[in-house]
Amino acid sequence: MSKFIKIDGVEVPFEEGQTIMDAALAADIYIPHLCHRPGLSPHGSCKLCTVDVNGRAVSSCTMPASEGMEIENDTPALKKVRKTITQMLFVEGNHLCPSCEKTGDCTLQAVAYHLDMLDGHFPQFYPRREVDASHSSLVIDRDRCIMCELCVRASREIDGKDVFAISGRGTGRHLIVNSPTGKLGDSDIELDDLAAHICPVGAILIKDHGYEVPIGRRTFDLHSVAETDLEEVILKKSAHHDEGEERDPNEGGVYGV
Amino acid sequence: MREVFTVSKVRVATTSLAGCFGCHMSFLDMDERIVGLLEHVEFSRSPINDIKHCDPCDIGLVEGALCNADNVHVLKEFRENCKILIAVGACAINGGVPAMRNHFTLQECLEEAFLDMIGVDNPHIPNDVEIPLLLSKVHPLHEVVKVDYYLPGCPPSADAFVKVLTDLLEGKEPSLPKSMLHYD
Ligand code: SF4
Ligand code: SF4
Ligand code: FES
Repeated sequence: MSKFIKIDGVEVPFEEGQTIMDAALAADIYIPHLCHRPGLSPHGSCKLCTVDVNGRAVSSCTMPASEGMEIENDTPALKKVRKTITQMLFVEGNHLCPSCEKTGDCTLQAVAYHLDMLDGHFPQFYPRREVDASHSSLVIDRDRCIMCELCVRASREIDGKDVFAISGRGTGRHLIVNSPTGKLGDSDIELDDLAAHICPVGAILIKDHGYEVPIGRRTFDLHSVAETDLEEVILKKSAHHDEGEERDPNEGGVYGV
Repeated sequence: MREVFTVSKVRVATTSLAGCFGCHMSFLDMDERIVGLLEHVEFSRSPINDIKHCDPCDIGLVEGALCNADNVHVLKEFRENCKILIAVGACAINGGVPAMRNHFTLQECLEEAFLDMIGVDNPHIPNDVEIPLLLSKVHPLHEVVKVDYYLPGCPPSADAFVKVLTDLLEGKEPSLPKSMLHYD
């Protein structure tokens, strides 16, 4: 007999070992998230997936589901908290969407749209962060890094390398590269690696493919981040673009998550 | 006999600070809908009519970020005169493209633009007293005055302008449908 949790009053089955997030995704229930990606170990850092379990706030991507949990997810109060978290992520970095190649394909931006975020609310930090364009086919713009460690985990767990890490504390936190010079060009990352494509924002970009899909026809111009079957669309987009390959012009880009 | 009410028009002021006037152009993209709008609205200070100062108004639309002392002065005039102040577009909301200079010191920016850039002749940093002093960093509006509503976009679409103004004219809380919510 299956076990159940309740999300916003709806019974959701789960298997032993699944997190609340796993169970929700399997049941097509969207819990906003940024640092989580099925197939990678949970990180629990962005706190966007915060839900109320029997009155206590927990991260659904790290909390194992257990029988009898009464979970609140889609409530005005949680939407407000999540919006505040998202606003903090925006002002802590330099998110000038009109000048960012990721715009329209960016999960941070899409989550902000989903939460009806109109402004950053807090004073801007305008941190000075380094760009690394040393790699022949990838570029790192740390201005937009949200320290989600998806690239760190993808490199370690899927690519079997250890190209990225987050270093430092507080406002000094930043993405570092495991290479003799600290430059991406001297690391062993390759274009085929998941780490090269997993960044949810415009912090790791593929060179020579900018603006292949016009603004207005990108993933989140056509889809809401709350569509839980979006993984399909995203996977299709992060597949490599073979020259001459037919693609649906309505389905947005080739690269990017 | 039916009573006839004469309702005075809603007064709207607009300005572009450190912006590209793109938001104003997008506003004008509402095309013939502006005729309907003008039945309910009249403009105070605006680049559309070239009135130079803001008088007491109902709605102020401010495009652009704050990059010099004059921008701050104009913004404060708007705040003092407008019952409702709306930050319009990416620059007004988070500094936008003008804020990209915040990565550099003001001195570096001036030297690059007026001394070192390719094709500069008679290199000197302008120092005419008429030129407003630059701020050391570019700031969004809400860091200096209270902003009542935000209309994001680079620029916001004409439809978004129409939606927010219509909501306000109807006495409703302005809200953007998801299809009109864009930061780019
Ligand atoms: S990374 Fe996303 S949120 Fe940040 S500037 Fe680019 S599109 Fe905007
Ligand atoms: S570079 Fe991208 S994937 Fe890596 S930590 Fe930063 S935001 Fe996350
Ligand atoms: S998705 Fe759970 S903390 Fe980021």
